Amino acid sequence: MTNLWTDIRSADLVIVMGGNAAEAHPCGFKWVTRAKAERGARLIVVDPRFTRTAAVADYYAPIRPGTDITFLLGVIKYCIDNNKVQWDYVKPFTNAAFIVMEGYGFKDGLFTGYDPAKRSYDRAGWDYEIGPDGYAVLDPTLTHPRCVWNLLKQHIAPYTPETVARICGTPREKFLHIAAMIAETSAPNKVMTSMYALGWTQHSYGAQNIRAMAMLQLILGNVGLRGGGVNALRGHSNIQGLTDLGLMSELIPGYLNMPHETEPDLASYLKKRTFKPLQPDQISYWRNYPKFMVSFLKAMWGDAASADNDYRYGWIPKLDIPMYDVIQAFEMMAQGKMNGYVCQGFNPLLSFPNRTKVTTGLSKLKFLVVMDPLDTETANFWQNHGEYNDVDPSKIETEVIQLPTTCFAEDEGSLTNSGRWLQWHWAGGDPPGEARSDVWIMAQIHLRMKALYAKEGGKLPEPILNLDWRYKDPADPTPAELAREMNGSALEAVTDPQDPAKVLVEKGKQLPSFAFLRDDGSTACGCWIYSGCYTEAGNAMARRNNADPGHAEIYPGWAFSWPVNRRILYNRASCDLSGKPWDPTRKIIEWNGTKWVGYDVPDTLPTANPETVMPFIMDAEGTSRLWARGLMVDGPFPTHYEPFEAPVANVLAPGVQGNPAARVFPDDRADFGTATEFPLVGTSYRLTEHFHFWTKHDRVNAMLQPQFFVEISEELGREKGITDGAWVRVWSKRASIKAVACVTKRIRPWTIDGKTVHLVGIPLHWGFMGLTRKGWGPNSLTPVVGDANVETPEFKAFLVNIEPSTPPTS
Amino acid sequence: MAADQAGITFVKRHALDVRITHWIVALCFILLALSGLAFFFPPFFFLTALFGGGETARILHPWIGLVLALGYLYLFLRFVGACLWHSDDSRWISRLGQVMSGHDENLPEVGKFNAGQKLYFWAMALLILVLLASGVITWNEYFAHATSIPAQRIAVLAHSIAAALAILGFIVHIHMVTWEPGTLRAMVNGTVSGGWGWKHHRKWLREVVSAGRAKPGTNAPPAE
Amino acid sequence: MDAARTMTVVRSSATASARTTPRFEDEVTKLIDVSKCIGCKACQAACTEWNDTVQPIGYFTGSYQNPPDLTANMFTLMRFNEWVNPKSGELEWLIRKDGCMHCADPGCLAACPAPGAIVQYANGIVDFVHENCIGCGYCVKGCPFDIPRYSAAPAKAYKCTLCSDRVAVGDGPACAKACPTEAIVFGTKGEMLHHAAGRITDLKSRGFESAGLYNPDGVNGTHVMYVLPHADQPELYSNLPSDPHVSPWVRVWKGAAKTYVSLAAMAALIVGAVVHHAAGGANRVSEKDEQAAKKLIEGKE
Repeated sequence: MTNLWTDIRSADLVIVMGGNAAEAHPCGFKWVTRAKAERGARLIVVDPRFTRTAAVADYYAPIRPGTDITFLLGVIKYCIDNNKVQWDYVKPFTNAAFIVMEGYGFKDGLFTGYDPAKRSYDRAGWDYEIGPDGYAVLDPTLTHPRCVWNLLKQHIAPYTPETVARICGTPREKFLHIAAMIAETSAPNKVMTSMYALGWTQHSYGAQNIRAMAMLQLILGNVGLRGGGVNALRGHSNIQGLTDLGLMSELIPGYLNMPHETEPDLASYLKKRTFKPLQPDQISYWRNYPKFMVSFLKAMWGDAASADNDYRYGWIPKLDIPMYDVIQAFEMMAQGKMNGYVCQGFNPLLSFPNRTKVTTGLSKLKFLVVMDPLDTETANFWQNHGEYNDVDPSKIETEVIQLPTTCFAEDEGSLTNSGRWLQWHWAGGDPPGEARSDVWIMAQIHLRMKALYAKEGGKLPEPILNLDWRYKDPADPTPAELAREMNGSALEAVTDPQDPAKVLVEKGKQLPSFAFLRDDGSTACGCWIYSGCYTEAGNAMARRNNADPGHAEIYPGWAFSWPVNRRILYNRASCDLSGKPWDPTRKIIEWNGTKWVGYDVPDTLPTANPETVMPFIMDAEGTSRLWARGLMVDGPFPTHYEPFEAPVANVLAPGVQGNPAARVFPDDRADFGTATEFPLVGTSYRLTEHFHFWTKHDRVNAMLQPQFFVEISEELGREKGITDGAWVRVWSKRASIKAVACVTKRIRPWTIDGKTVHLVGIPLHWGFMGLTRKGWGPNSLTPVVGDANVETPEFKAFLVNIEPSTPPTS
Repeated sequence: MAADQAGITFVKRHALDVRITHWIVALCFILLALSGLAFFFPPFFFLTALFGGGETARILHPWIGLVLALGYLYLFLRFVGACLWHSDDSRWISRLGQVMSGHDENLPEVGKFNAGQKLYFWAMALLILVLLASGVITWNEYFAHATSIPAQRIAVLAHSIAAALAILGFIVHIHMVTWEPGTLRAMVNGTVSGGWGWKHHRKWLREVVSAGRAKPGTNAPPAE
Repeated sequence: MDAARTMTVVRSSATASARTTPRFEDEVTKLIDVSKCIGCKACQAACTEWNDTVQPIGYFTGSYQNPPDLTANMFTLMRFNEWVNPKSGELEWLIRKDGCMHCADPGCLAACPAPGAIVQYANGIVDFVHENCIGCGYCVKGCPFDIPRYSAAPAKAYKCTLCSDRVAVGDGPACAKACPTEAIVFGTKGEMLHHAAGRITDLKSRGFESAGLYNPDGVNGTHVMYVLPHADQPELYSNLPSDPHVSPWVRVWKGAAKTYVSLAAMAALIVGAVVHHAAGGANRVSEKDEQAAKKLIEGKE
């Protein structure tokens, strides 16, 4: 989230699209009901289904899964055509005026630079024209044909209300009604917030869905303001923490990149990432990348890391491909190229696409370690459960080791919520049986491996042997110790760069914030964005002061929000060029003539002159980006593509169906179905009664939603002879499952390009373990393809068929 | 009133099976009335103590009711022939004043049962039918879902009314027994004195005699 | 339950107080704002957790409603109704939290034959006291909202207590505490009426012209009230009765008239019998009758 949960209360308009906040985030949805009740805010829901969020919305419109970009570009076009643009915001605060290099073009669904053989773009041509002074060339009049604004207008020209209706199935008048509601928030004193979740991310162009909304919010001047922003509602209580700490193959903590093999030393690695400003006077905060990286390396290897050994950069694994994401991992397992798998707090048998392939992969492993508080399906993938898990255990040789772990309520630590708050929690009870904390288990594995390396040697033992492991009890590091390590400390006295005699942080002390990080090895910091969470003043995450200065919904004394306890990202953009809030009733910070003051930590240097220093300090431009340059692998603008399995052809570019830059493995491509065989659109989602595959192990949740079902319209029910509560079979190119039918008015067919298209809604909470009735998840049916940028699987739009059936045998 | 004392002749009136069944029904009726009144009139709730408390009273009441219904069914089958209505019965009932003042001599000769007894017989049959049906409907433990709640509301009211009427009838029944001495022994010993027959059921007595089923000074073989 | 016993009882089943009109003091009310309810069932979960009931795991029966009905273990239930508004042609998913309304004039209490099995506290809460419950199920028949549910084992009736045990110690009901969207709020009746008025104004501004409060007069008002966007048609919300009142059948059955009429009839009959007996004497069989009978029997011989 750019903003925070409580801040939703300050919105005038809430749009829930690509998510189902009331069902999947009911507690956070409280702030929507507050905004509605207390300030008369309106709520728009755009969703393939009439959800429980729609039940409390002021306006609902249906949309076909996977067509959000078309809808959003349509709204952008509506705003521009009707001059509903907050110009005073757009001109200085976005890259609208930047001129793009000559040669850029977009034709037939493809941007320039496409290589069909590699399924990727050469993105070099998607950058700005750079002037002789080394800065980007701008046209503040927005008249240059190659300025971002004009390229944008050109790009979105096809997205008329008629096109939106034709692709999305959203009736024209409903689309226009919503576009008009949204456009009103282009006024400086009207703000819309966007709440989205996996309805946008789980597409082969998921990141571009979100970009489309970000662009719309920028045009309306809604980013950085109270009650505005682009707000990702994270799907787990700590999934924000997972990404912050870089638990992905291509990341290391704090959104630093895992090095690539083409970057053999630290200098070559840092060179690409130390961005120089593209406009004069801009901060371009990533210029500090070397400080973050060196401090991270010092946190990893302590005294063993020094300037003369490149801070042991060499000990960090190097990627040979963009990433080893889970789709890649299961592809390798299926090919027999990955032999062991440590599965920690993850249930891929139900949460990764094409379950048959997942089972095949797991069956080929030599060993599978499952660390989980629950007895998961993944840990029992080898067990026969009749139709529900039709495997032959005698043919599976994988050795499965289950290590029961504590659950969140049984140990201490912090959870990072969607609003970037690190909130400390304390154990509420003792773990049952032999369950141990994940930290204890990892420490045991580390120490035993270290002992083996010390005794037996092996390939490259140094990174393990020299890993900085200075915990009071090496066998059981405490959460506080780990948190202090993430915060970072001064290994040597940290001095003022202006006055080296002045000591800012004494040796051995915790750092107050990442502003004190150094690239000379004098500081160590496990996760730079978390710096400030555990300082000499104590554990900031454990703070529970709910004072709300200025009634700004900021609550600065409650827990810790990264970065530097800043609650609203880009909050500098809540003020105009003179530093005055766009809307005085929404004041967060303001320029008092010499510095920034207010209720939140300003998202700029405290003394940055508002006239010259633009608000988006992380970007080299100083502005936000309507144009993504080469930072997105699949295009500088979002554009309409169909899902890889779609009921209709891409009407805007008939030759390009799925995202052309998305990686597809040949075996997975062969498993894609066609609309002839599978005419119905399938989509997956959560229900409020359950949390993923956990709560089916709890009797109360199991009672509240006991059995797997799929949802279809009354129209499809009539067509197929399916009645409410009857058994059906649903199948895709990859698998066939059975479910009880929920025939409902909440799903209606769409007319897409003149053709009637039906939806089969498939909730995801059932498996063959736990207390509920046995069932399946949608992942049995879904295709294996991920988002082009981040490889989130395309769970939200795929093709299936349905027919009446009989109950499964178990 | 023994035969040898006053030379009274006794005539068999009720067979053993009838007497046993009657007393079972009577006992059930009393238990039902006591527990029912407890449920019906809060001031009488203390009566449930006789059954070991409200809950056991509630558990027993419907089962006792079933026993009563079965017993009465038996009596019904045994007596239905004798309880058919005749024209004499209408004349008898029209002279209720004579009945109540004990002037049997001014009434038509009465067969095995007089019109009042027949009315009681039929009224109880009807009321027990209503009580049984409404009782089953409101027997929550087993039949809560067999009928709708509005139906149960009607049933519970019908049950109360029928029960009240049955109790009123019962009071009359008891009264008639005590008011006409010599009656009780018909249900205890199974016999009545010839004089009792002559006074109250002369036609029946003549039938018994003519059928040769009455022997002087001895207990007669089973009547009917 | 023990904490609840500390509260003042103003009306108790099968006692003289059952037929009086109580004077409430510090009336509490739960207000359920249907327009804020997202049907998440947190209230159901909180209810079963707090009351420590075990509702068996059932089946999907064609609706999100689970269990499909209130049970002796599930005192509150989200009821779902998909309704196409004929005026707008738009679907409305009407979700209502069902449960005991805690009527000012409770039909269950009127119907209950067991003294003290159903009580009404001065704060308006209607509570079942299970050690006094005899398990007859009359409350089920007495309730105009079809709320109490009969459990086979133990054979007793159960319903929402409005968390009388929590309220007794100054807390609110578990469902209100768990409700994430503040659709369930709890306070004094006055506060809730005031809160509801604000909500109704907001709903009217959103085009719900018939928005209103559900606090039906037929049962002298309730201590669980609803804010309904379509208050003119409460039946839309899974058959919420538009004019609930204690059934006339139940009124007659439990009414004062029946007590007086039937008791008087019985008493009169008994007195009449005694008088009849005493005044006229028993209708004895005379010696003459015996002789006549003897003659008849012997004559026949």
